[in-house]
Amino acid sequence: MTMKSSTRQVDGVTIVDLSGRITLGEGSVILKDTIRDLLVKGSKKILLNLGDVNYIDSSGIGELVSAFTTVRNQGGELKLLNLTKKVHDLLQITKLYTVFDVKDDEASAVKAFG
Amino acid sequence: MSQNRVSYTLESTLETVNSAEATASEMATQAGFADEDVMKIAMAVREAAVNAVLHGNAYDPGKKVTLDFERTGDDLVITIRDQGRGIDLTSIPDPLAPENLLKTSGRGIFLIRSFMDEVEINPSRAGTEIKLIKHVHGATAGGKEASQ
Repeated sequence: MTMKSSTRQVDGVTIVDLSGRITLGEGSVILKDTIRDLLVKGSKKILLNLGDVNYIDSSGIGELVSAFTTVRNQGGELKLLNLTKKVHDLLQITKLYTVFDVKDDEASAVKAFG
Repeated sequence: MSQNRVSYTLESTLETVNSAEATASEMATQAGFADEDVMKIAMAVREAAVNAVLHGNAYDPGKKVTLDFERTGDDLVITIRDQGRGIDLTSIPDPLAPENLLKTSGRGIFLIRSFMDEVEINPSRAGTEIKLIKHVHGATAGGKEASQ
């Protein structure tokens, strides 16, 4: 299953609903392009909903890190929402769980943006 | 070829990465691993295949990736070889070091070691061979890592 991405706005926050696999190739490219397009449009409060992301490889992890630093370097904020157990475990063993701001409730995640 | 050993020779393409992962998942399932271990084995093979295709063979259509699966006693042994210049093991940074946490690459071999019971990496001028071993009946206490 390839990755799909759609965006919606909630109280000034852009929520990106991702589904499928974030892996080397198409999945990583879609994520990169989505973040780039949002920044171009001026969206700097970005919540990545990973609830339907069932698989991520090291390239996908790298793309998440890239998204996080790219948004931050442009003065924005990027948070993660609804991690599946697989993705949660991967972020734990790579010590990235504490780097990302991870939320499990959409409403409170939206409120958490400054 | 014995019934317990299957070998594939694959092109240096992204399709090979996906194919290697799918085959590993199938082999691990047939070997009787639980779902979580099947996922770990498949992911380790995927990461090794990515290294072989991208970093080893650098997508060179003249170079192949070989993939062997073998059941030996209580182990599933998976060997992936490329025809690149041989990985420089001293150049692999620790992805858990604070200064490396925000790097966008360099986690593949770390994940492989995390998911398998034993990992051997043997670089040479003819390419890199990586051997991944998973014990069918679970890891030995604390896991172990073979010498490189």
